[in-house]
Amino acid sequence: MPDDSPSTELPSGGSSGSSAQAALLEMRGISKNFGATRALNDVSFSVRPGEVMSLIGENGAGKSTLMKILSGAIAPDDGEMTLDGQNYRPANPHDARLLGVAMIYQELNLAADLSVEDNIMLGQESNRFGFLRRGEQREQVRRALDMLGHPELKPETPVDRLSVGAQQLVEIARALVMDARVIVFDEPTSSLARHDVEHLFKVVNRLKKSGIAIIYISHFLEEVREICDHYTVLRDGRSVGTGTLIGTSEEDIVTLMVGRSVDELFPSVPHTPGEVVLSVQLLSGVSIPQDVSLNVRRGEILGITGLVGAGRTEFLRCLFALDRVTSGKVLIHGASSRHHPHARIRAGLGFVSEDRKEEGLAQGRSIADNLTLSRLAPYSSGGLLSLTRREESVRNWMSKLQVKAASPRQSVTELSGGNQQKVAIARVLHQDADVLLLDEPTRGIDVGTKAEIYRLIGQAAADNKAIIFVSSYFTELLAVCDRIAVMARGHLRDVRSASEWDEESILQMAIGLSDNDLDDSET
Amino acid sequence: MNGNIDQHAVGPSGPRLQHVRRIGTALGPCIGLVVLFLLFSACDMWQNRHDPENANFFTMYTVQQLLRDAAPVGIAALGMTVIIIAGGIDLSAGTAMALGATVTAWFIREDYHVVVALMAGIGTGCFCGFLNGTLISVLRVVPFIVTLGTMSIFLGTGWLLADNTPIRTDGKAPQWVLSLQQEIQPVHDWMLFGRGVWLMLGLAVIVAIILHLTVFGRHIFAIGSSESTARLCGVNVNFVRVAVYTLAGLFVGIAGILQFGTIGSGDPQQGIGKELRIIAAVVIGGGSLNGGRGSIVGTLAGACIMEVILTGCVSLGLSSTWRDVILGLLIVIAVTLDQIRQRRLMAGE
Repeated sequence: MPDDSPSTELPSGGSSGSSAQAALLEMRGISKNFGATRALNDVSFSVRPGEVMSLIGENGAGKSTLMKILSGAIAPDDGEMTLDGQNYRPANPHDARLLGVAMIYQELNLAADLSVEDNIMLGQESNRFGFLRRGEQREQVRRALDMLGHPELKPETPVDRLSVGAQQLVEIARALVMDARVIVFDEPTSSLARHDVEHLFKVVNRLKKSGIAIIYISHFLEEVREICDHYTVLRDGRSVGTGTLIGTSEEDIVTLMVGRSVDELFPSVPHTPGEVVLSVQLLSGVSIPQDVSLNVRRGEILGITGLVGAGRTEFLRCLFALDRVTSGKVLIHGASSRHHPHARIRAGLGFVSEDRKEEGLAQGRSIADNLTLSRLAPYSSGGLLSLTRREESVRNWMSKLQVKAASPRQSVTELSGGNQQKVAIARVLHQDADVLLLDEPTRGIDVGTKAEIYRLIGQAAADNKAIIFVSSYFTELLAVCDRIAVMARGHLRDVRSASEWDEESILQMAIGLSDNDLDDSET
Repeated sequence: MNGNIDQHAVGPSGPRLQHVRRIGTALGPCIGLVVLFLLFSACDMWQNRHDPENANFFTMYTVQQLLRDAAPVGIAALGMTVIIIAGGIDLSAGTAMALGATVTAWFIREDYHVVVALMAGIGTGCFCGFLNGTLISVLRVVPFIVTLGTMSIFLGTGWLLADNTPIRTDGKAPQWVLSLQQEIQPVHDWMLFGRGVWLMLGLAVIVAIILHLTVFGRHIFAIGSSESTARLCGVNVNFVRVAVYTLAGLFVGIAGILQFGTIGSGDPQQGIGKELRIIAAVVIGGGSLNGGRGSIVGTLAGACIMEVILTGCVSLGLSSTWRDVILGLLIVIAVTLDQIRQRRLMAGE
């Protein structure tokens, strides 16, 4: 919770005190061109020991290019970097690690089959004549995990048995064993459940107290506010503002990010719920979900949330029959549907997966292929496809959804995350589904594109479609949905109109503590 | 909430489970081996129920014969296990093995000292592996394609050397080389098994030590599990890969010597199809073609399982066609069972 907890010990006037301290890492006048595009233009950036610096910007603003330069993955065209006053020029990411700069990416860098200990010590094993010295290694691993405040992690557990939160700790421990002095967190919370986020923040605070400089990249501005001291905003490859977060409003930061004032982060399109189009009765999967029942109306946006493992995604997958349904009924337009994905599509359901890379899109295929995959009928005659007619139609959809791409024939893999997501949503709209099942449609995309997605969802509701919007980001659900359902441990705990929820009550319900439970037990 | 992070997304945990997982990988094939052996013994006894004297499958002699026949594929499969754990594959192992045998035969025919001939055979295996590893690393072509190519190259080279007919050594090969494979009964009673079998077991111990107790071993698992992570952590991926293929080549070379010992001549054609046997041994033994997983004990059990089926079918008088069908079914069943086991472990049952 964002409150004045004693762990964030920022003395009054702390910013002036710390600015007297010399920067640990300094990047000055960094420029980088990719062909004709200017990715970074004279960017300066610095971070002091024991400081958590947030790097903010929309996708394409140059954050990842700047971090790639910092981590040695690419070399800058111009500018200089110093680490602890010394000239800093890493030749490659491993070199950067040796010099004390470690990156923790959104997609974790772990060898899944190896144990916690082997992952932490990978590339820096203590050995004698090539033989491992297990005892010594265990000692180092213990020290690192103790420092992170998580001595309960067992070194011999294979990392693929760990939750994402615990896997992240393994990566941080690896950085500690390498004596990292600067640790970069790139979207570290996007795949974490809320309580894992709190654990991560505790860890970050511990790192901060031990004098490590932290660069924190996140799309979640509330989160940035909670954990960071300072911010630097990048826009179009330039640094457009830097300062302390205390005394800077969210509006100010968003204005810096998008370059214009955003009156609304959550644009809404007026829509009115109509008759029930989808009715789920006691749907159960192999282990989760269990006995979930709910109704969705035309022109209604229903949000579903819960912690990781609560069964949100599993419910959606069962509903679309991607995962095995063990019992229960799904009525679409009042008619029962066979538990098979193609039966669901024919009945009018459309599904957008949370996993764009593996499942949501056919990577390597064109925008046109992806957009029309679920409904090719309009372009085929006698089994032959009319590619020109298809391309024309795809072009229409692309302009309608403002997909930024060279042509319908461009591969989706080359698009930014936000544009990929638009293609995925365009597919279910093109499919003309009556019920849209959207799983984390705004994960990992920037504020500007998120707003466009919210508008699209609102527009779909106004066009009389029913939408189920699964998300772990409570704020967006509260702003966008008509009703919100909260799941915990595979069960649907409660469905209420969005106005009857707030973040606190959703979290309590998701964890399993709610006044509602008390009410129930009393009656 | 307490301060402990939710370690496990699913299921029970701790050393106990990990223990089960590690032993389980090797245990399955071992149980399968015993079950199949007993099954064939029972069939043999039933078939000869009117004439019990003829039921001779369930004997020490059969076990000795089985292990002897399993040794060449078993030794090459040790190297293949390392390659597969590192996330690679080697389709050229069979023809490289035969090339090694052919080179050995050539040197013996040409009256070189036997030690020279053996070194040449083993060296040929090493070189074949080194060539594979280097091509994969330098050309950045997937191992499947590179070794598909070298498979054919090694076969052709063998025929060139042999001048299109198997190289016969006409009794020039010393007895002890042949006795690696040809003696069914051990040379001495205290040895219990033939020399080739002991060689296989000794090499297995060495590979197990390399895999589990050395830094090199950790790097092999890491590369197979996630190459990009290994690279990020400073593992010299190309070096490890070349070393892995060269090490596997060493075992292929030794297996080639045993193959030479079995037939006493060098026949390049003997290697065709062997690579699939070798890969099958690893897969039946619980190795994952996705890399990162594999077991030495499992691989040896896998090699023996195939030999039990071959010998068993002969003793039951089944045709070679049936042998192949049963062998194929077994590979599919073994991999399916492994998948189910993995999924159940993941579900934490």
